[in-house]
Amino acid sequence: MGMKPSPFGTQIPYEEKELKVVGSNPEARPDAVDKVTGKARYAADINLPGQLTGKVLRSPHAHARIKSIDASEAEKLKGVKAVICRDDLPDMPVMHAAAGEIMVNFRDVTRTIMAREKALFDGHPVAAVAATSESIAKAALKLIKVEYEVLPHVIDVVDAMKPDAPLLHEDQITKGVEPTPEKPSNIAAQMVSKLGDIEEGFEQADLVVEREFNTKAAHQGYIEPHASLAIYTEGGNAEVWTSTQGHFLIRAQIAEILEMDISRVKVTPAELGGGFGGKNMIYLEPLAIVLSKKSGRPVKMVMTRDEVFRASGPTSGTNIIIKIGITKGGKITAAQAILNYQSGCFPGSSLPLCTPTAFTRYDIANVLVIGNDVTCNRPKVTAYRSPGAPMIAFGVETVMDEIAEELNIDRLEIRLMNAAKEGTQTHFGPKLGPIGFIETLEAAKAHNHMKEKLGPNQGRGIATGFWNTLGMETSATLNVNQDGTASLIYGTVDVAGGMRTAYSQIVAEELGIPFKKVRAIQSDTSSLGFNFTTAGSRGTAAGGMAAVKASRDAITRMCEVAARIWEVELDQVVWEDGHARPASSNVGEFEPLSLAEIAMKAGFYGGTIAGHAEINVTGGGPGFGTHLVDVEVDRETGAVKLLRYTIIQDAGKAVFPEYVKAQFHGAAVQGIGLALNEEYIYDENGVMANPGFLDYRMPVASDIPVIDTQIVEVPNPNHPYGIRGVGEVPIIPPLAAISNAIYDAVGIRMRDHPMSPPKVLAALDEAAPATAAE
Amino acid sequence: MTEMKYEVPTSLDDAVALLADGKGNAKVLAGGTDVLVQMHMDLIEPDLIVDIKNISELRQITKEKDGYRFGAAVSGVELMDHEDFCQTWPGIMDGVSLIGSLQVKGRASVGGNVCNASPAADSVPAMIAAGATATIVGPKGKRDIPVEEIATGPGQTSLEDGEIVVSFFLPNSAPGTGGAYQRFTPRTEMDIAVVGVGISLTLGDDGVCSSAKVALGAVAATALIAEAAAAALVGTKVDKAALDNLAAAASAACKPIDDKRGTKEYRIKVAGVLARRVALIALERALGGKE
Amino acid sequence: MKKHHVSTTINGDEVDFLCETSETLLDVLRDHLHLTGAKEGCGTGDCGACSVTLDGVLVCSCLVLGVEAEGKEIETIEGMADGDELHPLQRKFVEHIALQCGICTPGLLISARSLLEKNPNPTEEEVRFGLAGNLCRCTGYQNIIEAVMDAAQEMRGA
Repeated sequence: MGMKPSPFGTQIPYEEKELKVVGSNPEARPDAVDKVTGKARYAADINLPGQLTGKVLRSPHAHARIKSIDASEAEKLKGVKAVICRDDLPDMPVMHAAAGEIMVNFRDVTRTIMAREKALFDGHPVAAVAATSESIAKAALKLIKVEYEVLPHVIDVVDAMKPDAPLLHEDQITKGVEPTPEKPSNIAAQMVSKLGDIEEGFEQADLVVEREFNTKAAHQGYIEPHASLAIYTEGGNAEVWTSTQGHFLIRAQIAEILEMDISRVKVTPAELGGGFGGKNMIYLEPLAIVLSKKSGRPVKMVMTRDEVFRASGPTSGTNIIIKIGITKGGKITAAQAILNYQSGCFPGSSLPLCTPTAFTRYDIANVLVIGNDVTCNRPKVTAYRSPGAPMIAFGVETVMDEIAEELNIDRLEIRLMNAAKEGTQTHFGPKLGPIGFIETLEAAKAHNHMKEKLGPNQGRGIATGFWNTLGMETSATLNVNQDGTASLIYGTVDVAGGMRTAYSQIVAEELGIPFKKVRAIQSDTSSLGFNFTTAGSRGTAAGGMAAVKASRDAITRMCEVAARIWEVELDQVVWEDGHARPASSNVGEFEPLSLAEIAMKAGFYGGTIAGHAEINVTGGGPGFGTHLVDVEVDRETGAVKLLRYTIIQDAGKAVFPEYVKAQFHGAAVQGIGLALNEEYIYDENGVMANPGFLDYRMPVASDIPVIDTQIVEVPNPNHPYGIRGVGEVPIIPPLAAISNAIYDAVGIRMRDHPMSPPKVLAALDEAAPATAAE
Repeated sequence: MTEMKYEVPTSLDDAVALLADGKGNAKVLAGGTDVLVQMHMDLIEPDLIVDIKNISELRQITKEKDGYRFGAAVSGVELMDHEDFCQTWPGIMDGVSLIGSLQVKGRASVGGNVCNASPAADSVPAMIAAGATATIVGPKGKRDIPVEEIATGPGQTSLEDGEIVVSFFLPNSAPGTGGAYQRFTPRTEMDIAVVGVGISLTLGDDGVCSSAKVALGAVAATALIAEAAAAALVGTKVDKAALDNLAAAASAACKPIDDKRGTKEYRIKVAGVLARRVALIALERALGGKE
Repeated sequence: MKKHHVSTTINGDEVDFLCETSETLLDVLRDHLHLTGAKEGCGTGDCGACSVTLDGVLVCSCLVLGVEAEGKEIETIEGMADGDELHPLQRKFVEHIALQCGICTPGLLISARSLLEKNPNPTEEEVRFGLAGNLCRCTGYQNIIEAVMDAAQEMRGA
């Protein structure tokens, strides 16, 4: 989303057929045994002989001019082999590129990984060292003298937009506003998405509700801290093993930042310990390479959890104003959203990605969405699972409930009455193709969850979500081995094991061989052409299409071999059920040749068999979901306990159904954490107050209720297996669903995130001071 | 770079001598669940670590004539596995069982929890309410003090250089005594108390509360003894009116701060709510004849 | 820097290593002994990814000094399977898709084994509270709880 689909993209129409492997759960996932035995190798598990430990010195100030850096004492410490700072990295001009779902500017990227003129957030790197042990590296950091001139800072998005706010970038003039403002501000850009005539739409309405919402920044919370191991050789080549969702993007960013040829950088993605959007950016990689170059030894760098929170990740904190107009009959006539998003220390929030999601679940003729991208003294935001969308849905779905109540219409019915369907014009451009949104609402209506009785202080919430599926550059090679097995080399990083399983299922289905005869292997950057990163729910959809294309390419090659053996024309051979067969009885009496037989003979009959795909996938299918949640509110403490949770989502086609459900669980629980307790807290100096798992409160097992899931399948017409992305939609509804459930339970509307006990109790007291004293 | 030394004394005398030599930059290591975190966060850089886990006095749980004594380095899990102790002191165990995850309790000791001097320490309010004393040994000899006199402020204790807490003593409680501790946290587990309340109360034969002690955690620089809150229970049958008075007095006793874990206002309010809930549990246990 | 010589037993093997005082058992396992199954998610005992047992007691290896391992018996994820034969918990984790990225999995398995040793027939709620010291960000815990309950049942011979 947000990125323009290529006009030269690849789409393969949906083929309805009987499936043997796709759509059923394989006995064992290829990555699972290594993961349960501790053998899977993550970036921090990899070592090279002679490696040094690299550590980063970070700014303790939210905003400060760096007057000088003196590393001479650190360099003298025994065991220190290299110290680097801003002078060791080339400066970059303004140059934009896509980093995952978010656009970056290399001028800013180099300043993010190492501060130049100013430190712009607590945790901003200012220097790095490589030493023979961690304790020496840490001691060396303390010997680096940095002279700061502390500047006034600004943390909150609303404060940052005020005319007298401290400026992060003194020359930043808001883009996208006519006429161009004369004065600089922290508003880096304004983005507008519109449809119809918003004024007219509100005039047609009998009821207009406008509400303001605030959400705090939140972190992806992957359990694996960023880790990179790099070696720079005298020949001028760099090799990196790293924790990333997109090794080709990391390679491109490294090459750009270090002014190297792309061909001289090789990146191997290690098994990934969680990313959720936060591992599409370089942080440690270039520093490790420069330290390696300077020291002549491999350098390994691993962030501490404190560094992960302070200097990587978070999604934007926001200020959102939602206004919806509706007729007495329940038809929405106009919808408007003002989205003020923190981008962190440099421009580039998730607004281009989430703006299209604002109202796309509903068929609304008049829409206006205005987004402001606002810089403030925080780490540069990165993508987080449907970046920016849960916060908009928090607003929109809460207002939908309020309208339904006002008009005395059932909450599911009002959504059904306005639901988007095939042919609905979106406010971001295209008309929707076949989608399964109404099916998810109908399934929710029929679900036994809706029949469960609620007790005192208990309530039920409903909310919906939408996210598109990204396509982009995708490459794969399918090698048919001499023994009749197949190896798929894929280039889109498998973030958690489901993708390589789904790819193997697809290849097995295409070739007509058993699942266990296929192995999907993660490529490094040298074994395939460029692949876009794993983002935008594209992994299984786009990588799966490349697997189809590579399989069919290999099948053509196998049919060629059969044609040569039989001495017939290629078009006289067909591939069926794992065998080359004569296309008709007219071709001749030939025994079908199995894949294994062909593979064995291929060397003589033309050479090794491989299939390739180097495509730009387009036509990703939009995904929709509906969630139900029951909560119980403790009126005396404001604690919200979840009792039951149900997720219903259109997956297009679930290749590996149990894994799809597992994705639903995980995303929804991230959304639940976001809703209840997760937030970045800053002190008065702009220093993060809770950079650890103790006080950044992600859900633990005992916080979570039993979760039901239901997969709806409305095939994506532009994918041979009908696949839609599934990973991001289910994090969108929980915020709103829980807010709506709290209202249902105790009659308060929560519009400030997180819905933590102190906030809920304060809202209860405000609503009814008398009952709270009970 | 200075070298961090590590010593494992096997006697109290050796431990005291090492700590006295350490001149304030020696750190006692029991379970290590606070010390290692502080080292990881670069909050402390001791020159010497004195591991006290090999000193037998610090590792024993003993039933004595007048009460129960347990070593300061006994881990949470060791206490949880001691059936008789758990049955005798359910209120203490309410607190101990909340000190972190099972992993953390596998190491963390009550001695460490007390000496870390966090106002939110989960074992402290119930210990205070139960009238626990600590036996301290140092260069000047041995002394016994009430548990509430150890912490003097966040991270600060009354222990002098070279002094260590050896054990805690819980005096036998009168018949009809019940104790309980609860805390409020945003998450169900793995959290730090926003407010903690420990109550011990004794009922006479007539069911009237004859004595009570209320201790509040995380609402001031150290755990607080709320005398007015206790007084609200004494002479009552712990009925609704008494509980209302208890809640009001507990809230009134709070001197909290605003921080990342809670606001002043919230802490004051929840202290009252929890006091009421904890008193009811203590009452139930008193009626059951426990503690 | 002067190092300590520590003799210990890891997964039944006698192991000697050298470490600085400030190095944790997790540092020693991962960086010196290359037993990288235990993971460092936080270094402060808040995520459980580094869980191991020390003389049979479940601990976060990031909260134990390496030097404290002298004379102790340590069990890590590398010793959980019996050769090719997975422990029932490992098998059930695979079957129930109780793992995605897998970074928390070794710690969770060690914790779950400890939990079932103490309580072979836990309720779902006991499993949820018993595993609260292990953060997982991928699975939402649902399948983990199912896997542990199923493994418990199998291990009881039911």
